[in-house]
Amino acid sequence: MSLKLKALLKSPWVFHLSTGSCNNCDIEVLDCLTPRFDIERFGMLLAGSIKHADVLLITGSCNRQSVVRLKRLYEQIPKPCLVVAIGECSLSRGMFIHSYNCPVPLDKIIPVDVYIPGCPPKPEAIIAGVVKLINKIKEGKAKKK
Amino acid sequence: MNRDDILKDINARFPLDIVDIFDKSPKRVYIEIKPVSLTRVAKYIFKDLGARFNTASGVDTRHYMEILYHFTIEDIGLLISLKVKLDKSKKLEIDSLAPIFEGANWIEREMHELLGINFKGHPDLRRLLLSDEWPEGVYPLRKDYKEWDKKAIRDRGV
Amino acid sequence: MAKTIVPIGPYHPLQEEPEFFSLTVEGEKVVGIDVRVGYNHRGIEKLSEMKTFDQSTFVIERICGICSTSHPFAYTRAVEDIMDLEVPERAKFIRTIIAEGERAHSHLLWFGLAGHFLGYNTVFMWAWKIREEILDVMEILSGNRNNYAMFKPGGIRRDIKSEDIPPVIKKLDSIVPTLQMLKKAVMDDPVLHARTKGIGILSKEDSISYCAVGPTSRASGVARDVRKDSPYGAYDKIEWDMVVTQNGDVFDKVVVRILEILESIKIMKACLLKLPSGEIDANIKDIPPGEGIGHIEAPRGEVFHYVRSDGTNRPARHKVRAPTFMNLPTYKATVIGETISDATIILAAIDPCYCCTERMAVRNVKEEKLYNGEDLIRLSQEKTERLREKYNYER
Repeated sequence: MSLKLKALLKSPWVFHLSTGSCNNCDIEVLDCLTPRFDIERFGMLLAGSIKHADVLLITGSCNRQSVVRLKRLYEQIPKPCLVVAIGECSLSRGMFIHSYNCPVPLDKIIPVDVYIPGCPPKPEAIIAGVVKLINKIKEGKAKKK
Repeated sequence: MNRDDILKDINARFPLDIVDIFDKSPKRVYIEIKPVSLTRVAKYIFKDLGARFNTASGVDTRHYMEILYHFTIEDIGLLISLKVKLDKSKKLEIDSLAPIFEGANWIEREMHELLGINFKGHPDLRRLLLSDEWPEGVYPLRKDYKEWDKKAIRDRGV
Repeated sequence: MAKTIVPIGPYHPLQEEPEFFSLTVEGEKVVGIDVRVGYNHRGIEKLSEMKTFDQSTFVIERICGICSTSHPFAYTRAVEDIMDLEVPERAKFIRTIIAEGERAHSHLLWFGLAGHFLGYNTVFMWAWKIREEILDVMEILSGNRNNYAMFKPGGIRRDIKSEDIPPVIKKLDSIVPTLQMLKKAVMDDPVLHARTKGIGILSKEDSISYCAVGPTSRASGVARDVRKDSPYGAYDKIEWDMVVTQNGDVFDKVVVRILEILESIKIMKACLLKLPSGEIDANIKDIPPGEGIGHIEAPRGEVFHYVRSDGTNRPARHKVRAPTFMNLPTYKATVIGETISDATIILAAIDPCYCCTERMAVRNVKEEKLYNGEDLIRLSQEKTERLREKYNYER
């Protein structure tokens, strides 16, 4: 199992999903593609479909409409996969804890491997977080799902 | 037409419909009207005065449900707010403005599902923002809204 | 015979805000369209009633990521309207600078995404590269790339240091030649003309009936801009022009936005050079009972906030109306009658706080063919290729 995970880390394809966010974190994720930060030099590409993805990047505070789709997409992604929660909203819903439309935080719905805090986290922070996770897995310390 | 002419004109045309006019500032005025005369007055302000419809806001107060329709007359920089008060002890309904101008369509759908006001004559009064699993008859923006979801987690877990 | 379309919708990599569009087509032509929204509904109006007036500013900033200045600007204007308060002059100028910086980077972001839809990926990379320069300017002035947290009821929270102003002006001057080059590339390209002229026309009457706002209505000949009609901030103290075109098609919407970026940089420089000295905060203590309205011109149109206070330290009612709420229903008037390959760019042209057009799917029941959001973008890019070959051949 861990051999498969190590193999996919050579060139992880990321799939980006927003579950009801203000889109700030989503723009910062897209900024990673642009010439200044350029994650393609690490081999990371944005995957077109969920079936080609290795890493799931999630932003947003999981409102009621998005939870249905989130669960369906998590079932479709080929395992083993890594889940990265980006931004305060996906950590614990941040300031939307008392909102009537955001009942449950993300890590009670699907298991999460890495949390990247920030509102929004800068592109440098996102890249650093993903690289930290990759190094951890290479050393065999992280669990796979 | 300047600001005073417009107000005099509205006063002269709708003497029985207007309940109160409140001049808040040179750029803002509140006109309170009876619910039955909404379509007449709104049509006059939109079509004849050439105002732009900004939005409508519903407010749940202790004694009645208020709806405020905001119009802007850009040429003189005047913002007119039409106030309508609905009795909470009776059924909450009022005529829809969607047949007069399309801009009122979505905002009435939103007020219907969040505050529970019925708009008579609206072409398509279905849900706009809330999800399908949201129960009927529960209106989040009312002051007496209570948490109905037993599985909601409302603390940070630390 | 009409074939019904079912929205399915894998999440597309370039899509941020999720909405569902469902199109009904006959052959290649669109005959009906419906949209489902609500995937970003977080109940902010109710949340605002649980926070104090000061805390509410931070919640309001997170309604939308790119218009993260417009909402606090309108909210603080609404709270100040309750008391009929005027903020100090220096605060007005700094608010204007931040608002125009946001307008410039928001339009550049849209420009890049529109380029991607049409198949011009180089435009996408160039636009976002220039955008990074503007984000650097905002970081020098306010400390953050996006959520600036500069606004509070009564003024602004942080001041601009006078030694920061010369490097900022130098950076702004260095961006202008690249923008001029992009503008020329767009206005002169024959394939782009063929692709966007005459497509998705929103007539002036429709624009008034749907109460559309912002560049969407200015492209249709409706000369309305909140900055000119009810001036706020420093807009009545400096010289600037409103951009209006007459045709209402996608090409006009592109032109309005590009020219507005150049105007924004002009306004920012003028405000930085004329910045008056003085206080930045009016130091409000209590908010009396009353109602206030604040409306300003965000990059996408007019943002409207209504705040009612009953004398306590929390709002009794806070109504937020974003510009896309008024612009989105215009799809009924613009998409019907056009082809599938144009649908993505028409829906993206109103700048719907991102590309909700990716969540679009078309299913041809008779022939068992399924188009998802990515296919529709591919169709749009293929049409551009065909037109490119035609023009190269003719040349």
